[in-house]
Amino acid sequence: MEKSGSVSIFQRFEGLPIMIVFALLLTLFMYTAPTVFLQPFIYTTFLSTLPPLVLLAIGLTFVIGAGEIDLCFPAIIAFSGFVFAVLFKEYNLGWISVVAGLASGILVGFVNGVLIAKLGIPSFMATLATQFFWAGIATVLSGGKSYALREAEQSSVWQWIVGRPFADSQTAWLTQLPLQALWTTIIVLFLWLILTRHRFGEHVLFIGDSNEVSRVAGIDVDREKIKLFTLMGFLAACAAIMLTLENKNYFGNQGQGYLLTAIASVLIGGTSIFGGRATVIGTVFGCFIIGMIEAGLVASGLTGAWVRTVQGLIFLISIIFYLYADEPQRRRAFFARFQGFGRVRSAE
Amino acid sequence: MTAAATSPETPAFQSIIRLEGVQKYFGAVQALRDINLSIGRNEIVGLIGDNGAGKSTIIKVMTGVIPPSAGRIFVRDQPVHLSDYSVRRAHNLSIETVYQDKSLADKQPLWRNFFVGRQITNRFGFIDIKREKEIANQILIDVIGFRGVGITVDSTIGNLSGGERQGIAIGRAMHFNADLIILDEPTAALGVAEVRKVIDFVQRIKASGHACIYIEHNLAHVHEVADRLIVLDRGAIVAEILPKDMSVSELTEYLIHLQHKK
Repeated sequence: MEKSGSVSIFQRFEGLPIMIVFALLLTLFMYTAPTVFLQPFIYTTFLSTLPPLVLLAIGLTFVIGAGEIDLCFPAIIAFSGFVFAVLFKEYNLGWISVVAGLASGILVGFVNGVLIAKLGIPSFMATLATQFFWAGIATVLSGGKSYALREAEQSSVWQWIVGRPFADSQTAWLTQLPLQALWTTIIVLFLWLILTRHRFGEHVLFIGDSNEVSRVAGIDVDREKIKLFTLMGFLAACAAIMLTLENKNYFGNQGQGYLLTAIASVLIGGTSIFGGRATVIGTVFGCFIIGMIEAGLVASGLTGAWVRTVQGLIFLISIIFYLYADEPQRRRAFFARFQGFGRVRSAE
Repeated sequence: MTAAATSPETPAFQSIIRLEGVQKYFGAVQALRDINLSIGRNEIVGLIGDNGAGKSTIIKVMTGVIPPSAGRIFVRDQPVHLSDYSVRRAHNLSIETVYQDKSLADKQPLWRNFFVGRQITNRFGFIDIKREKEIANQILIDVIGFRGVGITVDSTIGNLSGGERQGIAIGRAMHFNADLIILDEPTAALGVAEVRKVIDFVQRIKASGHACIYIEHNLAHVHEVADRLIVLDRGAIVAEILPKDMSVSELTEYLIHLQHKK
């Protein structure tokens, strides 16, 4: 039974290695910064600040799993956030502004999908171009202004999307629990089911494995890719609305910081950079790690300048780890390259 | 399984598939020239020709992977609407293809590879994983005969040998009870013993009353199993040969002659 052993323990328990890393990091921070990490408030803060990152990273999990990339989502955050903020503030449209914000994200995502699937532009180039375009549109339309949504917490929109349902509770940390964590959890669970048990999720992974095999198997590759980028647009719009409401403020480059952290979260989580393998659970823990490092390092007494350095290091280590653990062919090629270097050097 | 409706005792049709005047252009390049070809319902047809002769293109047109630029396709004597002819449609019409190296996705487990493109789902599109795995396990044991070789329905395709992959792709076609099975160089990557198994399988297709198109570089293999050989050259059909009229060496001579006649 040698071959059945090839279904490794890492493949059988989705996201297992990343959960271990998460637990180790958490333990480390509890040791180095006990005043912060042994109190509940850091965790309630995470619940209010992490949802946008998680939503973006889950969308990217599908996109990267399908062997594509989306660089456009920071611009969707800018554009959809603007559509939402201006309708909400200037026109007092309430829930209609939420619907319009979501629709604008879906539209941008759909256009991306059409450019990639129907015109055959590589997703890297297509979304790089549309990222400039939509970020530009958002700047032009907003005139570079920010919109402060003062007294937004009076509105039902705010209370339902990012409200604090237990604000009247006697327990201090309960009052801090934010609703966006609940919505994000529901969306994540639903998309986890889609990826692992739904036809669409299976198609995404087969497309990431090989477009050619997928076509031959009868998958409408173009249509599924359009759906994929539309989903990404929808999730980016959700993130934009949560972000704007949570901050009670819209500003044009509020999405910029998410580009690399979202991609890093996905890859740290164990989704293959080459496509064909993706894990929603891994991505969620990847987001936790990326989010926790920042608070953890600062609370442990290091300066903020270390944050990116450590994030980058963990990113790199995890990619090498997954290369080694999950991709036997790539692993062989990887080590063959090192042997090559060795030979060159010994010949000199 | 849907194909079981058309039982072999009542031949309601003459040919399982027929191409009429099919042309295919890729840009300015003409890949297929005026192809007229008919496959009987219990016939093994060998498709031979040099690299780039258009063998694969014919197969792709027949199975709905790419549409023809012109011409008509008939399945069981019924004309096919080219606008909605697709791989899925071909599957529904019981036409199955086993491609040399494009039939299975490497990083996916075996059971997903069996059902991809026609998953067993509920009406919301969620896959019945338990049933798919059960059926896949049955195919592994009964149809392909992988008992006790350490391959399970959860095995990743990338960890299997070339012969095992071919067996899985062929077993899948047999399970879905295809009336026409198209084999695109199924023996290209295989050892001698495994080639034997594939040839046995082709003969079994014939014995079970179904049809097969067999694309092969190795003339000895195709000569052994085919009822009829179609020779392609630069996108056109240039000859039809019955194996009983020509030995393997004569056939080889003929093809070499064809190459020189440019």
